[in-house]
Amino acid sequence: MNKTLNRADALSLLQSSGQYALELEAISRHFGALVALADINLSVKAGERHAVLGSNGAGKTTLFNAITGDFAPTTGRVRLFGEDVTDLPAYERIRRGLRRTYQISLLFENLSVLDNLYLACRGVSRNRFALRRPRRDDALMASAETLAAAVHLETVRDTPVGELSHGQQRQLEIGLALSGAPRLILFDEPAAGLSPGERAELVDILNSIPSHIAYILIEHDMDVALRVAERVTMMHNGRVFKQGTPDEIENDAQVQELYLGDHHG
Amino acid sequence: MWRFDPDSFRASQVRPGVIVVAVALLAYPLIATNFFIFQIGAYSLLLGTVALSLMMLAGYGGMVSLAQLTVAGFGGYMMAIFGTNSVDVHGFGWPWWVLIPSVILASATLSALIGAISVRTEGIYTIMITLAIAVAFFYFTRQNYAAFNGFTGFAGVEPPQVFGVNWRAPVPFYYLALAIAAFFYFAVLYGSRTTYGLALQAVRDNSRRMNSLGYDVTAIRVFAYFLSGLIAGTAGIMLVWFNGRISPGSISVSVAIDILVIAVVGGLRHPIGPFIGALAFVLLENFAIDLIDRERFNTVIGLVFLFIIFFSPDGILGLWERIRPHLMRKPNVARSDGARK
Repeated sequence: MNKTLNRADALSLLQSSGQYALELEAISRHFGALVALADINLSVKAGERHAVLGSNGAGKTTLFNAITGDFAPTTGRVRLFGEDVTDLPAYERIRRGLRRTYQISLLFENLSVLDNLYLACRGVSRNRFALRRPRRDDALMASAETLAAAVHLETVRDTPVGELSHGQQRQLEIGLALSGAPRLILFDEPAAGLSPGERAELVDILNSIPSHIAYILIEHDMDVALRVAERVTMMHNGRVFKQGTPDEIENDAQVQELYLGDHHG
Repeated sequence: MWRFDPDSFRASQVRPGVIVVAVALLAYPLIATNFFIFQIGAYSLLLGTVALSLMMLAGYGGMVSLAQLTVAGFGGYMMAIFGTNSVDVHGFGWPWWVLIPSVILASATLSALIGAISVRTEGIYTIMITLAIAVAFFYFTRQNYAAFNGFTGFAGVEPPQVFGVNWRAPVPFYYLALAIAAFFYFAVLYGSRTTYGLALQAVRDNSRRMNSLGYDVTAIRVFAYFLSGLIAGTAGIMLVWFNGRISPGSISVSVAIDILVIAVVGGLRHPIGPFIGALAFVLLENFAIDLIDRERFNTVIGLVFLFIIFFSPDGILGLWERIRPHLMRKPNVARSDGARK
């Protein structure tokens, strides 16, 4: 997967169309008396790379779950590419170009890497119930092999996922999210548990994602988040605390006090 | 359009051992007595086929259903009601070529309905809800005389004379049971590597992730019940022909649990497991009385069940897979057996 050379032009074109990949309008989510999300308003333009930061319990993953439809928001609306999807089940949102990764890898451990990627590609195409075996020259099988190479797993493509290292499983998570023409991807702490070398590889993969794909990244590793994001949203106690560019967020005194710590500098 | 795919065929794992077993099964009636052909051979194949429908759901789909015998029993009742019987209740006498496909389809539809009710539960709750369905159907057939002829049930349900063959005779019946068992065995084996088969296994591994890849998990699970109903319904037809009768006792909870025991004892990881379990079960059922009182049979099968679970959670199949490398190991030669995880 090659990075488009004129990313700035492509992005400018996409964003000049005025289309938003995601619009959240007054999203809240309550678990009994606990308010996990409160009045979240957030817009992500097509092709934008957006980071969501915040301490543990800030509501970041809950926000992702509300976007994907893993559970419904208590109030508010979710719009994907201008379409209100609040009442659609998760799989219908996926078919509209939304993808996500999980904080803890959710993979099919008894299937091979290639089977995982093939299923991911098949999920947003027809014949999901096909009662015949995928052929080697199947277009989706070819897409799965391309994806395996894109996330640097071509050498272990026939290995059962349960036998992969943690880092490889995280790479496969990203591979699944890249399958089948995504338009907006939600990455939930993709660098969690990775070694410094694996993190560098992850940044390469994130930077090589084509320009037309927007993504939102939850990440505790500021180096990773600020290197790939164009805009940043800070969350605190289930609310949007601050929004801005990576530089603005990094240099904001309140953010430093709340999240980066007094010694950040 | 379907095309033959040599890669896919090779992946079907047709090994020399499979050919040896196939030849042995085909030649079995040549050397066995009618008792062994009918009561041991054919009955094992029929119970194995019912257990195969459970293996498909549990092994590939992660859904342990105790209602598979209910589906098979429903098929048996439909044969008696819409076909012929000797008790002068119903017996509409439909021609076999209409009756058999209709009954199989009706059984699969019932199975899908059971699936639609139970797929929103997981683990122990699926077992409990399917057990509840099995118990409800048992009592319903026992108390309902208008449709199911109550406690008595139906007798005189026999296979049709097709091609001039008496299909109830031991040898033809055995080969019919073998053909059906082999068809479903290979269908399940092939199906496990189809797009749908992979999707079903992926749902078993992680349903939430499948949902987030664009799959309707509920539809995948319900369709699995439908497919397993095709197997169980067909086996139900064969079982009613085997016994010549069907009554509530044929679909009681204890028999439903026998099916679970057969599948677990044989092994749930491969379609051959249920047939191994069925053979072990039928042999024990017939010959344990040489060693103990008939009343003690459940104790024996219970002990065997405990033994297998304790020493090999993957059943006899798992036990064999653990022993096989030791038997086949050649001195000073490192070997990878490539067994599926």
